Amino acid sequence: MVAFLRRHVAFLAFAVVMMGLPFFTSNTYYLSVLAFTATRLMTSLGLNLLMGQAGQISLGHAAFVGMGAYGSAILTTRFGMNPWLAMVVAAVVAAVVAGIIGIPTTKLKGHYLAMATLGFGEIVLILLIQVKSITKGTDGITGIPSLAIGNLVFTQYNPRAMHLLLWGVALLMLRMSLNLADSRVGRALKGLHRAEVAATSLGVDATFHKVQAFMISAVFASIAGSFTAHYVQYISPGSFTLTFSVLLVTGVVIGGLGSIWGAVWGTLVMMILPEYLKQYEDATNLVFGILVIVIMIFLPGGLVSLGSALGKLRTRVGGRDRRAADTSDPGSLEGNARRPGGAA
Amino acid sequence: MTFEQLLQYVASGLTNGSIYALTALGFTLIYNATDIINFAQGEFVMLGGLSAVSLHEAGAPLPVAFAGAVLTVTVVGILFELLAIRPLLRSGVLTQIIVTVGASLAFRTGALMIWGRDARPLPSFSGETPVRLLGATFNRQTIWVFGLTLVIVVALQLFYRRTLTGKAVRACSINPMAARLMGVSYSRVVLLSFAVSAAISAAGGVMITPASFMSYASGSLIGLKGFAAAILGGLGNPLGAVIGGLLLGIIEALSVGLLPGGSSGYKDGVAFLILVLVLFARPQGLMGGRIVDKA
Repeated sequence: MVAFLRRHVAFLAFAVVMMGLPFFTSNTYYLSVLAFTATRLMTSLGLNLLMGQAGQISLGHAAFVGMGAYGSAILTTRFGMNPWLAMVVAAVVAAVVAGIIGIPTTKLKGHYLAMATLGFGEIVLILLIQVKSITKGTDGITGIPSLAIGNLVFTQYNPRAMHLLLWGVALLMLRMSLNLADSRVGRALKGLHRAEVAATSLGVDATFHKVQAFMISAVFASIAGSFTAHYVQYISPGSFTLTFSVLLVTGVVIGGLGSIWGAVWGTLVMMILPEYLKQYEDATNLVFGILVIVIMIFLPGGLVSLGSALGKLRTRVGGRDRRAADTSDPGSLEGNARRPGGAA
Repeated sequence: MTFEQLLQYVASGLTNGSIYALTALGFTLIYNATDIINFAQGEFVMLGGLSAVSLHEAGAPLPVAFAGAVLTVTVVGILFELLAIRPLLRSGVLTQIIVTVGASLAFRTGALMIWGRDARPLPSFSGETPVRLLGATFNRQTIWVFGLTLVIVVALQLFYRRTLTGKAVRACSINPMAARLMGVSYSRVVLLSFAVSAAISAAGGVMITPASFMSYASGSLIGLKGFAAAILGGLGNPLGAVIGGLLLGIIEALSVGLLPGGSSGYKDGVAFLILVLVLFARPQGLMGGRIVDKA
């Protein structure tokens, strides 16, 4: 009950702060950074479900963001479809593709899974560039209409409304993720992640749940892509590269793999840190690359585990109980098949 | 397509294919020693090429620039192993993937800061005059690339089959526990594998730069194709890696020639299509790799 309350308090506090921000600043630049943070958070939450909860990896998630963005752009500019409907259609397409790709893919593990998803992402990117008759190639698609409800049009020139819309959706997805982690599905995914054979023997359908997680994460990514397309009103394939997929994974990892709040903090760090590194623009990704390595080595539980890691360190330094400090490492998700000296 | 054209496509395929083969071999060496797929492998290729460009621009003759670049990247590979891989040798697969992916991002961005965005050239190893053979014209660099690749492959084979150190490495990849009991230092084997892997990938990078230039961003694509080649041949099988690499190069080149309109834009997709198809249908590859954790 206490834990339940605490989670509610955390969510409510976060929701109030994020929804309240536009009423404290009217700086359009800050608000645009926050708008991109909201769409990134949508993708991160889906990816966290796949990686953190289900223990899978996707190095091709940019493809699903791209499908959402291009789906919305093509359906609205070419066929004059209502933007909201286009968003739903694109998300359904992304889900179907994720389902079709997911069945053979999620049977693969570890490096093979990473490579298969990466290959998928690259194929989608090449198609976005090459099928010029539909995607306009590297020129990209311009003139994507804005989202609107009645007379309320969500554009960059109406940043408060845009902010409330994007963060409203992002918070809804956060709420769904928190609920999902606590549900039967969430427990099944965690079971598959920690001990697949045990979970399967208890009646958890491994393929079904993994594909399901893959599809949900694809839908989150696709919706994020659609919102981005309508917000920026221009898209080009350069936004959906492998580097973007890697940065998406990085956000989830920096925050804390397996923790939903980790995905939130990781995303905030990923989106706000570059603003401070602007003067060294190119160095941003260098910082992220090194940050990921350092976190994996010294803080495998990510930023959210910083508190408990410091606590452990204190215990260790105090020398009260060395064994208590030696709890399992949340980073070692699936054991490497061959651990030298592992028999000791 | 005439026979001469076919020959020409095959030759250009062999040039790129040799580099894929060396990269695939680099993957294989590290994979066999550690079970880690090094997602930063392609960056070794890129660093090799760009280091050679800088050394050559600084006035070093080509052979010296070649050797210097290989040496530089070998040191990078060793440092990478010591700083990032060693602490994680016993971690989970996901952790290892993320670390090498993070490293590739760091290498790529570091290279962008050092060398900038532009693709850089290197002169051909022995002039630009093409060679005529069997009615087709061949680039001299093609012969260099293919020849040096063969030399490297044969030398590695001799090293791993004939020397004690090489045998120790192979023993470790078969059964690390037993190898350790026989007194083989596992950590040295891992270090050596990273050093050799970085060195041959860097050599590939230097050789391909005269033919197709090198930029900070070129490495990832070469690395990914190298991996596709390794999977195609059978991951963990060195001979498979070489054959997979050459085959992938030739298939790519022919796809440009055979696809309607000779569109080369789809060329890069061929490797990924092969990668995904092989992973789905026959993950042990053509030549049969080590056990695939698939079920």
